[in-house]
Amino acid sequence: MANKILSDPLIDNNPITKQVLGVCSALAVTVKLEMALVMAVALTFVLTFSNLTISLLRKYIPMNVRIIVQLVVIATLVILVDQVLQAYLYDVSKQLSVFVGLIITNCIVMGRADAFAMSNTPRDSILDGIGNGIGYGTILIIVSIVREILGTGQMYGYQLIPMSFYLENGGWYMNNGLMLLAPGAFIVLGLLIWAQRTYTGFVEE
Amino acid sequence: MELLQHYLSLATKSIFIENMILAYFLGMCSFLAVSKKIETSIGMGKAVVFVCGITVPLNWCINNFLLKEGALSWTGIKGMENVDLSFLHLIMFIATIAALVQLVEMIIEKFSASLYTSLGIFLPLITVNCSILGASLFMNERAYTFGESVVFGVSSGSGFALAIVSMAAIRFKLKYSNIPDGLKGLGITMILTGLISMAYLAFSGIQL
Repeated sequence: MANKILSDPLIDNNPITKQVLGVCSALAVTVKLEMALVMAVALTFVLTFSNLTISLLRKYIPMNVRIIVQLVVIATLVILVDQVLQAYLYDVSKQLSVFVGLIITNCIVMGRADAFAMSNTPRDSILDGIGNGIGYGTILIIVSIVREILGTGQMYGYQLIPMSFYLENGGWYMNNGLMLLAPGAFIVLGLLIWAQRTYTGFVEE
Repeated sequence: MELLQHYLSLATKSIFIENMILAYFLGMCSFLAVSKKIETSIGMGKAVVFVCGITVPLNWCINNFLLKEGALSWTGIKGMENVDLSFLHLIMFIATIAALVQLVEMIIEKFSASLYTSLGIFLPLITVNCSILGASLFMNERAYTFGESVVFGVSSGSGFALAIVSMAAIRFKLKYSNIPDGLKGLGITMILTGLISMAYLAFSGIQL
């Protein structure tokens, strides 16, 4: 049971490609692998602890104000993450700009808090948080690797495609600048969703 | 006249060039979920314009009179001009949005039944719509004036509405096309959004 909660969100019930949660940030922060990694860690942290807190409080939260209570818990955790990033990883935090703040309205955090943590024990909720965080991170990392290699020829800042291949150095290769812009993100994620759904055999009506 | 021109160029910029969905990916979740039918997408679009137009200026006031460094000096209390509460802006913005959405919902339910039936079901969804919080955060990051924040709020909401309605129109036609099984639904919508956003890139050359 515990294994199932942890492994289910990785492929079969992936938050982005299957549950369609948290797509906004998945597209925005995937220009570079470094940004995607920071975002994945930040989100996993917020998700795990918000799930834990909500689950501990679940018997005391009145149903009709639950959204506000969840938002306050999540916003507090996000402020923590935001301040830590500004203190230790200032450059990355500048690049991520508003998207750290937008973890608050990231549908994964709200969705898991409402759908899972409100009705399950703290232990299961932590596992669910970690599982969904990793599932989200996996998609982010795959998309960002594809975009960074095709868009800049680099991976995690290291030049992967030899400089002599480039057109300006007498070669034949050119970076695809479109990959760094919005359309590249949409199309790469669209193709990834296709691949994932072909693998799991899930068909949307 | 100068000012009007400035506002007009800001509006054009935030609707077409820096479109909330197509350039910044904000509000993708509701964009994907609600763009299945044209009527519902129009309702959602209206609600976003409405809420965005109110919350961005309101958050501007909160930011400039309560949170910024030295913003509290209007109270006249000694030492207040050194207080910097700007680390609280995330929680204040989202609390304002959540409270305002709830309030707006109650008000229009009481006074306008027809508006409530067209916007009502979308309002709770809007609290967690990234484009609303995103608009407030951009307002903060780019240090807009009050007038600019009103224009920015309304026009970024309109940009969202434009994108969601055009997507709904395309998905309506999509019903009659033959799509590979795994690509149905989310996958093809993603790729189509990519194509629309590529078309919108053409606006980015405009100098305003």
